[in-house]
Amino acid sequence: MVNPRPLLAFAAMLAIHFIVGPAVSVAQDRFIIVQSTTSTENSGLFDTILPAFADESGIEVRVVAVGTGQAIKNAQNGDGDVLLVHARPAEEKFVADGWGVQRFDVMYNDFVVVGPEDDPAGVGGSRDAVAALRKIGESKAPFASRGDDSGTHKAELQLWKETGIDVGSASGEWYRETGSGMGATLNTAIGMGAYALTDRATWISYGNKAGHKVLVEGDPKLFNQYGVILVNPDKHPNVKAEEGQAFIDWLTGPEGQAAIAGFKDGDQQLFFPNARR
Amino acid sequence: MPDAALAHSLEPRIAPAEGSAGADTGSVLPVSAAGLVFTVNGKRLVDIDRLTLRAGGPTIIMGPNGAGKSLLLRLLHGLIEASEGTVLFNTQPMNARVRRRQAMVFQRPVVLRRSVQANIDYALAAAQGYRGPSRRGRLRELLEMGGLADMARQRARTLSGGEQQRLALVRAVAASPDLLFLDEPTSSLDPASTHRIEALIHRFADEGTKIVMVTHDLGQARRLAGEVVFMHRGKVTEQTPANVFFDAPSSPAARDFITGGLLV
Amino acid sequence: MQDFASSFFLAVSLILSGDPELWSIVLLSLKVSLTAVAIAAMIGMPIGAALGVGRFAGRRALIVLINALMGLPPVVVGLMVYLLLSNSGPLGVLQLLYTPTAMIIAQVILVTPIVAALTRQVVEDLDAEYAEQLRSMGVSRLASVPTLLWDGRTSLMTAVLAGFGRATAEVGAVIIVGGNINHVTRVMTTAIALETSKGNLALALALGAILMLIAISVNAAVGLLGVRSERVAHA
Repeated sequence: MVNPRPLLAFAAMLAIHFIVGPAVSVAQDRFIIVQSTTSTENSGLFDTILPAFADESGIEVRVVAVGTGQAIKNAQNGDGDVLLVHARPAEEKFVADGWGVQRFDVMYNDFVVVGPEDDPAGVGGSRDAVAALRKIGESKAPFASRGDDSGTHKAELQLWKETGIDVGSASGEWYRETGSGMGATLNTAIGMGAYALTDRATWISYGNKAGHKVLVEGDPKLFNQYGVILVNPDKHPNVKAEEGQAFIDWLTGPEGQAAIAGFKDGDQQLFFPNARR
Repeated sequence: MPDAALAHSLEPRIAPAEGSAGADTGSVLPVSAAGLVFTVNGKRLVDIDRLTLRAGGPTIIMGPNGAGKSLLLRLLHGLIEASEGTVLFNTQPMNARVRRRQAMVFQRPVVLRRSVQANIDYALAAAQGYRGPSRRGRLRELLEMGGLADMARQRARTLSGGEQQRLALVRAVAASPDLLFLDEPTSSLDPASTHRIEALIHRFADEGTKIVMVTHDLGQARRLAGEVVFMHRGKVTEQTPANVFFDAPSSPAARDFITGGLLV
Repeated sequence: MQDFASSFFLAVSLILSGDPELWSIVLLSLKVSLTAVAIAAMIGMPIGAALGVGRFAGRRALIVLINALMGLPPVVVGLMVYLLLSNSGPLGVLQLLYTPTAMIIAQVILVTPIVAALTRQVVEDLDAEYAEQLRSMGVSRLASVPTLLWDGRTSLMTAVLAGFGRATAEVGAVIIVGGNINHVTRVMTTAIALETSKGNLALALALGAILMLIAISVNAAVGLLGVRSERVAHA
């Protein structure tokens, strides 16, 4: 039997908790969890477009923003109702394996290679991503990679594969894998004067550019497609299929597509809707 | 929060005494130890064939450092387990009732991290039998007795060494024990504080509490002793009335001790 | 450093503006961490007290274990709780993942060993001083526990504040089990992580300054409470 007296202070803490409690938990009853990527979250896209959907449908969308690889794993565990990521082959595998119902294109933007202003590898102005990366690799200029199995990381590895350079063997030398999100990787790249591959939306809204700028863009290989998938309720009965499908329908429908097109940072459009229905 | 409710919540939780209130009568004296041995690593630090402490004047235990005096007090008071032998209190072994009829004050007073009066109140609660007005009355009485009434609400650990020892003394006699063990209670105190402590000890003895006290201070022993138990190397070498002991100790070790010749 | 100066002004203007977004994040942080610490104290103190005064087989090993658990990486705790609460996990049916409750659970796991280990030390040290005296008064080992906890209350308060510090400062566990969902599970540390990843370093630093302010306020409040309880105890 413990004397309750030493807990006097904690009783006070609990009291604070009960005062504080009602002030915060005003979340709606109807909600879905969307497993998505850091680029959509960091750019502010969701904060801008989701209120319109919530007002119209009464469904709150709760976004968990992680790398594409982790988002897919979380969705496979049933810890989400909708998956919105950017790694087409992995998305198609997700559906083919039965984890997702069907994949829909939502929007696209593009990847860009950013680097220091003095551009030691001399890739500035190039429209050929593979050639640019080859120059970076051959000059052993530092390159910061996500290294986290995200959509951006997968796209970057595909480009390196085409250069024929084995970045795995350069890991820890000029090729630095941060194992972190896009923003953290950009912070690292800027800190060490390294090049990096990033999606344009994250880069435009990124606030710590210092001297870094976009050096390589416009290569069709830098195309970055986002897809949306309803997690299969047959695999996970807890999936809120009705609400999740309502969100997908809205996102790929005229209103959602218009909202995406209308999302801008200054006068720059960050995502380009391309749903086909 | 009302004082009474708080005071109650701060009481030690003690299992109810076994037996009826009527069982809580009868002195725990005499104390008799038989074949009492305390061994550490094969060394017999205490080794006493027979020792009986009867009601009456204070018993002062003397002897050189390492003689086993403090160990003997702890064995008698039941703070440590004897390796062999028994201690009986008026034919009864140590039990909850016997425990409540005796108390001990240590060389360095252990005061709880509470106010002076909360320290005394804790002992009253532990002793049981004090409820409501009788407890408050006894509390005031003890504070007066220790000369602590002015500092009743002060934190006990902010008292001087002498005041802390007075607090420990009146806390020990809170429930009017039959038997009070004192382990060098004045060894680290100045003469004035020592004097006040001795006055309290005299008072307790006069009121019928049996004092069993360890001291190194020969003057103090002369002032307080009814009888002296002399220990040397774990054994009791003599148990004599005080006047006899100081005039003509019977054991050579005690003689050497009094004249300052005995080192170990 | 320009960043520090601009962060400081940003922090001040954020506080003064009373931005409701900021306040909801601050309140959620407090709610999650204070609840977690309260629960951790209720679990950790009895465990610590038992280890402090108890004498049983395996006690030493348990103490070593609990001391080691103080250094548990938050990410590992987050992962464990995620696997438990995931819809594919054993407790998935409770539907707690990505809720403040999940964050509280993770922080309870992080904080309990700190409270238990420090309580054990406090109780054991005090017991070394009190044991003979309490035994002399006829107070049993079990009955001495409340006395030791009460008399060690000042040190125990520090133990609890250490736990609170760990709870409010950690990001690794809550970001995994909470998901850093805006308006639902976003707390100070995950907001700081998010702003850092957006490259908004000044804003991230400003949020950090506000987090410090909260920590100082809670510590001061507990300090005042401690003084008050001291007065009550000596009344």
